[in-house]
Amino acid sequence: MNDALKRGLGAGVLAILAVTLAFAAAGCGGSSDNESSGDKSSLPTSIGTGEGKLSLVAWEGYTQPEWVKPFEKQTGCMVTSKYAGSSDEMVTLMRNGGDQYDMVSASGDASLRLIEGKNVQPMNPALIPDYPNFIEALKSPPHNTVDGKHYGISLQWGPNTLLYNTEKVTPAPTSWESIYDPKYKGGITIPDNAIQIADAALYLSKTKPDLGIEDPYELTQDQFDAAVNLLKQQRPLLKKHWVLASDEIDLFKNGDAVIGASWPYQTNTLAADKVPVKDLIPSEGATGWADTWMLSSKSKHPNCAYMWTKWVSTPKVQAQQAIYFGETPANTKACPIMDQLSPGSCKQYHADAPASYFDSIKFWKTPSADCGNGDDNCMDYNRWQQAWTEIKG
Amino acid sequence: MSVDAARAGRRPTARRRVSAAFWRRPWLRATALLGPAAGAFLFVYVAALGVLLLSAFWALDPFTGQIVHTWSLDNFRILWEEHTYWRIAGRTIGLAAAVTVTDVLLAFPFAYYMARIAGPRTRTLLFVLVLMPLWSSYLARVYSWRLILSKDGALNWWLGRLGLPDQNIAYTNWAVWIVFSYIWLPFMILPVYAALERIPDSFIEASRDLGAKNWTTFKRVVLPLALPGVIAGSIFTFSLTLGDYIAPSLVGNTQFIGNVIYRNVLGLTNNIPFAAAYAMVPLAVMALYLVFARRAGAFESL
Repeated sequence: MNDALKRGLGAGVLAILAVTLAFAAAGCGGSSDNESSGDKSSLPTSIGTGEGKLSLVAWEGYTQPEWVKPFEKQTGCMVTSKYAGSSDEMVTLMRNGGDQYDMVSASGDASLRLIEGKNVQPMNPALIPDYPNFIEALKSPPHNTVDGKHYGISLQWGPNTLLYNTEKVTPAPTSWESIYDPKYKGGITIPDNAIQIADAALYLSKTKPDLGIEDPYELTQDQFDAAVNLLKQQRPLLKKHWVLASDEIDLFKNGDAVIGASWPYQTNTLAADKVPVKDLIPSEGATGWADTWMLSSKSKHPNCAYMWTKWVSTPKVQAQQAIYFGETPANTKACPIMDQLSPGSCKQYHADAPASYFDSIKFWKTPSADCGNGDDNCMDYNRWQQAWTEIKG
Repeated sequence: MSVDAARAGRRPTARRRVSAAFWRRPWLRATALLGPAAGAFLFVYVAALGVLLLSAFWALDPFTGQIVHTWSLDNFRILWEEHTYWRIAGRTIGLAAAVTVTDVLLAFPFAYYMARIAGPRTRTLLFVLVLMPLWSSYLARVYSWRLILSKDGALNWWLGRLGLPDQNIAYTNWAVWIVFSYIWLPFMILPVYAALERIPDSFIEASRDLGAKNWTTFKRVVLPLALPGVIAGSIFTFSLTLGDYIAPSLVGNTQFIGNVIYRNVLGLTNNIPFAAAYAMVPLAVMALYLVFARRAGAFESL
């Protein structure tokens, strides 16, 4: 390369670099003020014409063709869905997705974060004909209703279960102790999710009563450390942290895991594949989820979103989803249809259970410094997430 | 009629003027040739790196999930003080080094055979064999390893048939090491092959004429000349391992730098500033590595 060429090249590169940086800086400036458009104070009073599209962020198993296909046919709203593996991922997708996603099937530990971040907007339950049939506890639950505003419509709920391979794990487990038991070293799997600390805390609340754990999501430093230590001891016993439900299904199918924390969905899928598995709610009780279809504050297809919410609230779809995923429908009218579709399933999935069963499950919620009893020395979710990174190592 | 007169006699067309301008001004020619690619490179890569560097000094508001544009070193402080991140970085660099060494050991004899022993037909066949895996999806190849290594998988089936005890390396760092070594192997073979193939036969003959034994010739002629190729290949294997998060999350059970970054960008906290700060670690490691590679003359062999 001769000198003139070198100089020329240098000048050219500099010019391009300058333009690039100017562009990048402009881009940054632009992105800094994208505060979400937030509250739309006037609720719709009727559902308009569908926009032809609906984009969902959902738990795996929540948008099955059995009920999505008829919905598309009926409304013309073509559904695309993205599976998320954790509440954190759902929050992130909704916060960063802009107007890309219309709705999210948020659990209780994501819903309040989405409301606080103004990522979702209030919905009008009067537009959902099945809403009056919901169980009382899910009409205006604190995880999706703030100041009387309904940020979304409840969907389904259920417990996190203990899943095990009936051939490899004998006698059948009765306690969460099994997933902390060195006997199953290399055969245990738990979700890759910071909220799993609550499962450890729930176990400790029964086995170490002197810690005084009352609510597994409201932990003081000592209680928190005990739960984190338990998980650190468990770490070498784990085969893998599962991210998506399908990961855990693979682990059980290929014989890599024999026992683990799970959702009923995995049990159903594995059982359908003739893998010898069973699940149970251990004696210490269980954490669980109560999900809500929430509407993005930036949704471009709100009419389709309302149609979808209406559709998934109907007894038939509620029953289909409940059986498919292995959870409990919010709609009380779903019970007889569940029994029609799969005899005994209404009882199996507690759709006819009294309110006390609902109260026995420690539903996911976002841990905050506020302990709920006037103290504010509890560990907030940032601490949970940091600890989770440490636990995983 | 002289050439000059003929030129003067013709009216300069626009095309001729453009080509004359290019001929007279080499810088213009260079800009026109390199401009599009360099521009894309700067926009997509350098600008992205610049923004990354900037955002590492920002912070995340835990309540709203918005990025706060105030300058602070908090992200770096956490990285410095929290041992977990040191351990993860150490594990990642160690794995990248192990994968690189493994690939050198596997690739060198293979490339040597390809370049210096095989006939043209065999060589073509070997080339196809090396390149074929690159035609299939990365994910398909990683997933297939999952099936091979799992407890009820293909490997244990074969071991059982041979009467050997089961292996239990699925979802361990061993599995990650095997998968990475397998996936990046072609990226080592090709530059080593290129370097070996360029060694003139006369050098080796001269070495023999001067009385050197095979091993001496290899050690003092072939190896030094092939070294830049090895280093060039190691840039690929090392940097690709350093940045990959998919294989560890599919076949492993521990976190690597890429997994932590991924979880911070999507999944854990959406803490992009923190992810940016941690991304500086592999960036710095790679920068050092490239300086070292340049010194060793690897760039002539790419």
